[in-house]
Amino acid sequence: MSTAKQRVTQRVTLAAIAGLALAAASQAALAQPRTDLVVGMALEPPHLDPTAGAAGAIKEVTYANLFEPLLRVDGDGKLVPGLAERWTVSEDGLTYRFTLRSNAKFHDGTAADSADVKFTLDRARAGDSVNAQKAYFAPIAKVETPDPQTVVVTLSRPDGLFLFHMASGDAAIVAPESAPTNKQKPVGTGPFKFDRWVAGDRVVLVRNPDYDGVKPKLDRVTFRFVSDPAAQVAALKAGDIDAFTLFSTYEALPEFRNDPKFAVTVGSTEGETVLSTNNARKPFDDVRVRRAMAHAIDRKTLIEGVLYGNGAAIGSHFPPHREGYVDLTGLYPYDPAKAKALLAEAGYPNGFDTTLRLPPPPYARRGGELVAAMLAEVGIRAKIEPVEWAAWLEKTFKGKDYDLTMIAHTEPLDIDIYARPDYYFNYRSERFNALNEELNRSQDAAKRNALYGEQQKILAEDAVNGFLFMLPSVTVQKAGLTGMWVNRPVQANDVTNAAWK
Amino acid sequence: MRRQLPLSLHLGAVLTLLLVAMALLSLLWTPYPAEQVRVIARLKPPSAAHWLGTDHFGRDVLSMIMVGARNSLSVGAAAVGLGLLGGVPLGLLAAGLGRWGDEVVARLGDLVFAFPAVLTAILLTAAVGAGAINVVVALALFNAAVLARVTRGAALAAWRRPFVGAALALGRGPLSVTLVHVLPNIAGIIVVQATVLFAVAIVNEAALSYLGLGIQPPSPSWGKMLGDAQTYLFTAPLQAVFPGVAIALCVMGLTMLGDGLRDWLDPRHRSSGVM
Repeated sequence: MSTAKQRVTQRVTLAAIAGLALAAASQAALAQPRTDLVVGMALEPPHLDPTAGAAGAIKEVTYANLFEPLLRVDGDGKLVPGLAERWTVSEDGLTYRFTLRSNAKFHDGTAADSADVKFTLDRARAGDSVNAQKAYFAPIAKVETPDPQTVVVTLSRPDGLFLFHMASGDAAIVAPESAPTNKQKPVGTGPFKFDRWVAGDRVVLVRNPDYDGVKPKLDRVTFRFVSDPAAQVAALKAGDIDAFTLFSTYEALPEFRNDPKFAVTVGSTEGETVLSTNNARKPFDDVRVRRAMAHAIDRKTLIEGVLYGNGAAIGSHFPPHREGYVDLTGLYPYDPAKAKALLAEAGYPNGFDTTLRLPPPPYARRGGELVAAMLAEVGIRAKIEPVEWAAWLEKTFKGKDYDLTMIAHTEPLDIDIYARPDYYFNYRSERFNALNEELNRSQDAAKRNALYGEQQKILAEDAVNGFLFMLPSVTVQKAGLTGMWVNRPVQANDVTNAAWK
Repeated sequence: MRRQLPLSLHLGAVLTLLLVAMALLSLLWTPYPAEQVRVIARLKPPSAAHWLGTDHFGRDVLSMIMVGARNSLSVGAAAVGLGLLGGVPLGLLAAGLGRWGDEVVARLGDLVFAFPAVLTAILLTAAVGAGAINVVVALALFNAAVLARVTRGAALAAWRRPFVGAALALGRGPLSVTLVHVLPNIAGIIVVQATVLFAVAIVNEAALSYLGLGIQPPSPSWGKMLGDAQTYLFTAPLQAVFPGVAIALCVMGLTMLGDGLRDWLDPRHRSSGVM
């Protein structure tokens, strides 16, 4: 009896020692910081060539990680060197001279020199270009390459935003040999190179050992695509995803904030979310009707209802975090009585019927429902029409056949869209256009900011669209992860500085 | 002679009547306007003021369920009503004409059956936009095909019965025989089928509204409520319970009613042999 007991005790002790040893071993393994990262995104990119598509998800995988433009935008929205290490602008604002990094190479081993830059820019501005932002390249008159490290770009007219546009993902530098196959097998100059793409699930990037700039700390980055909000929360909680960017299940944030295993950051995107209004169509061609709608919308409630308070109100088409911002949110305080009075003055004492078309993102579907309820309070009966992206782009954006729609305009510094005569707002203001031309001629920062201020005031006075809120940039990440962007000055998930503590 | 009514008929009838009563009541009264938004009072659990709590915009869930019942029943009734109008005459025609007429109706039915009702509805809404009307049209198309098939089968059987032969021998025309002798004898089967289709239509409407293709806000719909509740499963799980229970009870009631009716009407189930 006693020997049997002893044997059992011995065995238990042995097992305990073995367990301890195992635990110690895994502790040692944990002490080493991780060098891989799994980033969660809601949408999968349709392909991976940022110079041939408008989908934000393309840039959210490739920008700064895989492809580099001449300049880059950093997490604070500042212009920093990209493929070009220096640049100068001539006095008249027409000649730009870029000096490239001397040892830059594409992932296939070929040198990235001025010929590649010339190829990229000429391809983007060509007649048959499929670049989503062809207008960025329109001012270019010619591109010259005096030597392999130098590119000289001459513009036909001054463009105050040219450098900014050359830092966008649309201006990523590509090589003539790989450009045709970048959609499936992207070849760039960035610190990470393409490893594989499992359709519907993930894109994997690995460290580029030959990168000539600052080496990233991670050696493997996986972008996983999870569109269902409940599945996003579950994947984070299960530890399958380390950081989820542009997280939009705002109601789940308190839970993550209270959990020490997670860190939540809330910053701003460049997405001015507006109730786009067809200014050419009755009754919205009457400024009194548009002002009535502005008085009918309670932004505070809207931000609470849609974003759970995680977003800033705007009074014009300009983000509060950018220099030159003017706070115009007080111009049309929430006042249903005043809205009704304005409608009566415009000849609609009993309100009117209209259609509010809503694209798929939750901020639009949910926000649209709330906006429709608010408009109904003052007699504007908006029928809600949910549409898919393709239909929205075709009918609303390109066809300009709509009454009202709700959308976040995510391109940075895009107030100039109000000067485009063929833009879907159907808005036209000589004063605004004159200011825009002056902006294009001005390089001086203080003057530019003053001009931006004037533009914001005109848009607010004309109540062109319902100016609602800035789309927040919410990231839920595991505690211990550093270097992720808080704000989203351009569409990107720049992980070149990300690291584990 | 009195026959024992089946239990399922009782239960089904009670559930369905309750539902109809709730829907009718919502025309006159709801605790709150079902579309009234109050964001500060959102996602509240059931209380004295809001018996079933409030949703993510602070709307009263009970009021939404009541108006949702009306919307569901309206869509179901329209889909089944149109299905009856289209399907029954087609089925009778097929049985009466025989040969190629029968063939044409059967192949048309196959064509509709090749696409499940929900898929047809999704295709339709993709082509012409989401909305209650399109859902009704798609479901009615499916219902018409089902009813045509059922009617045809029952009518063929009726045509072979002796009294139909007798009526024909007495010089009645085929139209008159169909209306006077065939239709009354298969009415029970059609009513039972229509009740079951009613339940199916309500589930399908809820499925489509859940996907955002059915009844559009601000009009409440059980399916949409369920879809909205999905993102709150972790934070406010009760949001999904009430619309879910409403759909389940409604479908259960209608299905039991259909089952009970079939048991009651089916001659083979009749207790005493007076035949």
